[in-house]
Amino acid sequence: MNPLQLLVAPVVLIYQSVFLALGQVWANKVRSILTTIGIIIGVASVTAVIAALTGMKQSVLTQFESFGTNKVFILPYPPDTGKRVVWRWADLRFHQHDFDEMLEHCPSVATFSRNCDYTQSISYGTHTESNVDIVGIDPQWHQVENRSVILGRPFSLIDNEHARAVCLINKIAQDRLGLDTDPTGEAIMVGDRRFIVVGVVESRAESSMFGNGRSDAEVFIPFNTAYTPDNGFVVVAASKSPDVSDEAQAEITFYMRHKRHLRVDQPDNFRIEVVQKFVDQFKSVASAITMVAGGIVGISLLVGGVGIMNIMLVSVSERTREIGLRKAVGARPSAILLQFLIEAMVLCLLGGMAGLLGGEGITAILKSIPQAKLDQASIPGWAIALSFGFAAAVGLLFGMFPAIKAARLDPIEALRHE
Amino acid sequence: MVIRLRNITKVYRVGAERIAALNGVNLDVDRNEYVAVMGASGSGKSTLMNILGCLDRPTGGTYELDGRLTTSMGASALAHVRNERIGFVFQSFELLPRLTALKNVELPLIYARAGWFSRRARAKKAIETVGLSDRMRHRPNQLSGGQRQRVAIARALVARPAILLADEPTGNLDSRTSEEILALFNQLHRSGQTIIMVTHEPDVARHAKRIIRMKDGRVHSDLPVEEDPVSELPAPTPLAGIPLEVSA
Ligand SMILES: Nc1ncnc2c1ncn2[C@@H]1O[C@H](COP(=O)(O)OP(=O)(O)OP(=O)(O)O)[C@@H](O)[C@H]1O
Ligand SMILES: [Mg+2]
Repeated sequence: MNPLQLLVAPVVLIYQSVFLALGQVWANKVRSILTTIGIIIGVASVTAVIAALTGMKQSVLTQFESFGTNKVFILPYPPDTGKRVVWRWADLRFHQHDFDEMLEHCPSVATFSRNCDYTQSISYGTHTESNVDIVGIDPQWHQVENRSVILGRPFSLIDNEHARAVCLINKIAQDRLGLDTDPTGEAIMVGDRRFIVVGVVESRAESSMFGNGRSDAEVFIPFNTAYTPDNGFVVVAASKSPDVSDEAQAEITFYMRHKRHLRVDQPDNFRIEVVQKFVDQFKSVASAITMVAGGIVGISLLVGGVGIMNIMLVSVSERTREIGLRKAVGARPSAILLQFLIEAMVLCLLGGMAGLLGGEGITAILKSIPQAKLDQASIPGWAIALSFGFAAAVGLLFGMFPAIKAARLDPIEALRHE
Repeated sequence: MVIRLRNITKVYRVGAERIAALNGVNLDVDRNEYVAVMGASGSGKSTLMNILGCLDRPTGGTYELDGRLTTSMGASALAHVRNERIGFVFQSFELLPRLTALKNVELPLIYARAGWFSRRARAKKAIETVGLSDRMRHRPNQLSGGQRQRVAIARALVARPAILLADEPTGNLDSRTSEEILALFNQLHRSGQTIIMVTHEPDVARHAKRIIRMKDGRVHSDLPVEEDPVSELPAPTPLAGIPLEVSA
């Protein structure tokens, strides 16, 4: 045998075995289907469950995305020292000018806005809307939140400096108050104070996750107009990208400790929350759930494997004479082993394929249920590869015993078999 | 010497009982011999053939085939020997029912790892040799008994084996079809093939050049056909119209 043949021969043998196996499956159609039903159901449920979880994860991540994953919140917060120390609000609260040098000292922070929010009723003419978010903001708020003014103008520095009674409203507030298409210049009541509308801001992306019974209408007023030392404020900063969130957090911590004259042995008396951290946490929880669910359903594949083993044993004993003849004309034990192993694997892989189709079908059904909010459900590539890998492995594992049995058969005994 | 058997024994155990099917067989077969093995039922003919065909292992003794000691070989090496050097023809044909005649004949070449083209070509040639070119695409159940046996012979010959072994190749055939098969054997023998066949029938054995008679697991007599009693029987009336000119 020349070297090329040596190289090609095993490939040819495998390819022939695959054909032989397909022929065998075709010859026993009904039996093959019944045998692989365990694998089919296993793969279908694994892929559908993973697709559903992927869809869920995707829709949550999209919400995070619209919320802004580069955001960093800075809030006054009593340190958890364990001792029963009572912190006075006066010591905890942020001061108006605490953040004036933050951008110079925190290179990872792109911009920030001081926000102080409270809820109030608003009204215009006969229209009233209660429980509305009133937020005092800095002009940079638009960059931090990535929400721009679609009509009119943003706040100017003068608005802030003079704490003028001007406001921006969102589209929803405009509609609820029954204001004109161009409400700029109109006066609305916020609580018992009159504010002049100077512009309209994009409504925030729909976020069912973070809503908590408050009205979707929003009113924004200059920071200085809203600020009172008693209410205090928080800071929402935007890091230059979600990737540098950790750096931004470290820089801000350092800056804040310095600003608040904390000694090395004193704990932080503020808190920094990084949205990216929540995203990371959520992602890891989601993958853990996916893995657990995949693992549990994967067990059903093993059960399917027992069916495969059973049918392969039947096949070996049915075809004992054939095995004997093949051996008599020169099939080595390894060739017989390969033939039966490949047959088991072909069965499993065909089952895997049918299961995958089933999984795609279930996924399509899930997607079409509007309440399920799984419109982003899809079977990821790795899940497809995994199911096929698993199906092949099941075939290998459970086909091994029958195949070894076939390979070990004594040719003359096999030929005598009735 | 193609075959050299020395003191071959075969003992079967059935429960507590030991059945000695072969009791020390010594046998030499040279290239291009045509041997018929005869003997009463149960005298060990099939057992001997299975050992010659490396389908079965003897309990004791040595067997050299083409100068190689097969009795010390492993299962894989024996498979290789069967594939390369032995063509076995069974009484009950043993064709795979789902394969066409051609595919059945190709089978040994698959395990010889021959390429597709040479496999096809050689299988077709072997089928031609047995005169079944027009039945290549038939399945075994679409063939007559004689045709099936000829397919089986083509399969045995396709890998150009050193020896052709046939255990009662005509046992399942009528006398006319048997004559066809024997004519084929004669022709193969003339073209140089070494043949060993088992038979009960003197009329069949008469075609061989050497007759071995077995008794109780031993070689009872081993004579050229002219000296064996089979040649003393009246010659059978030649059957009319048997075409002996199968294409070579
Ligand atoms: N697998 C087996 N297990 C037990 N005993 C066996 C087995 N095969 C053959 N024998 C015994 O060995 C002896 C020889 O059998 P063998 O088949 O070689 O005879 P034979 O000469 O071919 O007979 P026949 O002409 O009837 O085919 C017999 O006594 C038989 O019962
Ligand atoms: Mg016999």
